[in-house]
Amino acid sequence: MSLDAVLVVAAALFAVGLYGALSQQVVVMVMMGLELMVNGVLLAAAGFWWFMAPAPSGQVLLLVVLAAMTVEMAMGFAVATLLHRRRQTDMTDMAEDLSR
Amino acid sequence: MVAAIVFWGLAVVAVAAGVAVFVVDSMARATYALAVSFIAVGALIILLQQSYLGVITILMMVMEMAVMAVYMVMFMGMNPALMPMDMTHGKKTAIGASTGVFVLLASGALLIPWPERRGVPPEDLTNALGLEIMGEKMLVMAVVGPVMVATIVAGVVLAAGRTRYDRLGDDLRRRPADDPQPGGIGR
Repeated sequence: MSLDAVLVVAAALFAVGLYGALSQQVVVMVMMGLELMVNGVLLAAAGFWWFMAPAPSGQVLLLVVLAAMTVEMAMGFAVATLLHRRRQTDMTDMAEDLSR
Repeated sequence: MVAAIVFWGLAVVAVAAGVAVFVVDSMARATYALAVSFIAVGALIILLQQSYLGVITILMMVMEMAVMAVYMVMFMGMNPALMPMDMTHGKKTAIGASTGVFVLLASGALLIPWPERRGVPPEDLTNALGLEIMGEKMLVMAVVGPVMVATIVAGVVLAAGRTRYDRLGDDLRRRPADDPQPGGIGR
C-alpha cells in the first residue's frame, strides 16, 4: 500500500464518476456520478494525509469534503423534486433550457 | 502484506461497484452498487488509520443511498428493481473524457516523485481530530455549520410545492389563505 496506489484507485473512482455524470440522463443517476467523483477526492485526500503529513489538522479537510458531499446530495434531491413537480420529468434532457 | 492484500481487494470492490452503477440495468441495483462502493472506500479510509472519518463515510453514504432509493421509487413511478433501463446520452464523449482524465490523473500519481512523509500521526487520531475541530480549526466548522443550515433552507424552498406566496398572494395579504384543503377557525 503506497500513496501511488491510493491515488490511482482514487483516479479510477473519479473517472468512473465523470463518465456517469456526463452520460446519464436521469438526474438521480447524474448525482450518483457526482458522488463517485467526490468519493475519489475523499480517498485521495485521505491518502495524501496519511502518506505525506499526518498532522491532525489535515483531517479537517476530509470533514469539509464530506460536508460538500452532503450539500451536493441535498441540493440535488431538492432540484430533482422541483424538476419533477414543475415538468413531471426526471431527465436532464427535459431541462436543457436551464443551462442557458 | 496482509494490509496490501486487503487494500487491493477493497480497491477492486470500490471501482468495480462504481462501474456497476452505470452498467446494471435497474436503478435499484445501481443504488446498491454505489452503496457497496462507498462502503469499500470507507473501509479503505479506515485502513489508512482514519477510523472516525471512515465510519462517518460508511454511515452517511448508506443512509444517502437509502434516501436515493426512496427518490427513485417516487420519481420513476414504478418498481425500479424490475424495470430494465438504458437512459444515457453522449456515451462515446463520456468514455473518451473519463478515460483521458483517468490517464492524466494516474500518470500524475505514478510519475510525480512524492516527497517523504513529514511528521508522525498522533496516537489517538480521533481525539486529536476532536481537539483540532474544537481548537485551532474551529472556524472551518463554524463555516460548515451555517452552510448546512443554508442548504436546509434552500432545499426546502426549492422542493416545497406551495409556499406562502401561493397561499397568501404576492403581497401576502389574501385572507383567508388559498389552501387546497379549507379549514381552521372561522373558515
